[in-house]
Amino acid sequence: MAKITYIEHDGTEHVVDVKPGLSVMEGAVKNNIPGIDADCGGACACATCHVYVDEAWRDKTGASSAMEESMLDFAENVEPNSRLSCQIKVTDALDGLVVRMPESQH
Amino acid sequence: MSDPAAHVVILGAGHAGGTAAALLRQYGHAGPITLIGEEPIAPYQRPPLSKAWLKGEADADSLALKPLEFYAEHDIDFRPATTAVAINRGARTVALSDGGAVSYDVLILATGARPIALPIPGADLKGVMFLRTAADAERLKATVGPGKRLAVVGGGYIGLEVAASGRALGAEVVVLEREARLLARVACETLSDFFKAQHEAHGVTFELSATATGFEGEGGRVTGVRLADGRLIACDAVVVGVGAHPNDEIARDCGLETARGVTVDLEARTSDPAIFAIGDVAHRPMPIYDRMFRMESVPNALEGAKQAASAIVGRPAPAGEVPWQWSDQYDLKLQIAGYAFDVDEILVRGDPASARFAVFHLKGDLVQSVEAINSPPEFMMGKQLILTRRPVSKARLADPSISMKEVAA
Repeated sequence: MAKITYIEHDGTEHVVDVKPGLSVMEGAVKNNIPGIDADCGGACACATCHVYVDEAWRDKTGASSAMEESMLDFAENVEPNSRLSCQIKVTDALDGLVVRMPESQH
Repeated sequence: MSDPAAHVVILGAGHAGGTAAALLRQYGHAGPITLIGEEPIAPYQRPPLSKAWLKGEADADSLALKPLEFYAEHDIDFRPATTAVAINRGARTVALSDGGAVSYDVLILATGARPIALPIPGADLKGVMFLRTAADAERLKATVGPGKRLAVVGGGYIGLEVAASGRALGAEVVVLEREARLLARVACETLSDFFKAQHEAHGVTFELSATATGFEGEGGRVTGVRLADGRLIACDAVVVGVGAHPNDEIARDCGLETARGVTVDLEARTSDPAIFAIGDVAHRPMPIYDRMFRMESVPNALEGAKQAASAIVGRPAPAGEVPWQWSDQYDLKLQIAGYAFDVDEILVRGDPASARFAVFHLKGDLVQSVEAINSPPEFMMGKQLILTRRPVSKARLADPSISMKEVAA
């Protein structure tokens, strides 16, 4: 299990254990954490699972694909550490990961 | 008018019903929630059934909207394998298939839609299937594989996704379509031609303008589809994907206003203020098109769930929406925003031969809908243009060397 901290835009923290193999998005959705909508369920089709990856974890979460980049380009309030959380696979190496959520997913 | 102690009963545990239950808790609803589902399993995502799941790239856990424990942990009384048989609006009770009854303060109808069966001989043969539920997908997965012949009746999105997954599993696939082109009801000719060519390149064969008049079988199992021209298309399995019918009978029977589906307002409320209807069963207003219609998509299910849950807890209604949907076939990502109502011009941006293009449906200089193939910028920007109703320059839109951000600026 990897412990992941999801921080809502208002600062509310949710710390949950997520099974490796799931995505960071699925970890939030299956634990009913608000702030990640994930309308398409992980098909990289909607850009409603946008998160900011904590600086310390940017390397470990890997690079985004061209499709993800392209979708993110049209999300709101995009920063250099923006990712679509459905495209980050949870592994043991991500134990301790911290992600923050934008004000809105739409 | 929200009552934090209200007992909310949700009929239907699909994507819409399951999401409504979870959102009510997320929004702080404290009263009891009862979630009644016909299927034996907890709410799950249906789209992967015709895509990743069928190909073995997703498992049951990843399909589930929430883990099973979620419902008990959040005090949601989830009752699987149970159907509602009648609603008594005066007494505010719902009679159930197990002989029991449940009383409600607020009722949400999320009863979905069911596949339309072909009224032709042999439709009850083994091996003639639909693809709606996880159980349907299990049956299909057990049947298709290398060397098997799969006939798909209906060249719509479900049929094409099944065809793509069938090919990925090694089956021979033939798609039978009554109309002269694929996706005839839902897409323009450019897209029909494009998908046909893509599927043919992956080994799918097509019979267009082909009407199935019967299924033939041996020992109770399907062996072929008879066409109106007399030919027999031999096969080991059939998937019928010719549309769905809303499960609105329970609403009609208790006198709620219905059209093609249960009529609701912008809050997803039916003609009875204590009853909401969401998802595939709802016939709902879409202000950007100034009309009402019924949709079958995940975004529609989520939107209805948000509207109903917001109204029930007294939150502001969700912001304006543009209906959208997606489809994955082979390495093609199709994203569609809006519906092509009142369209007077169709504009193709990019070259279909590159498998990266978008079809814009215009009403004057307003974008009504966009179908984007492997083109997220066109989808994302198109969706915004549909919502904002901002006029566009057609010349700039048709020129792929001008970025979508500049087109919309």
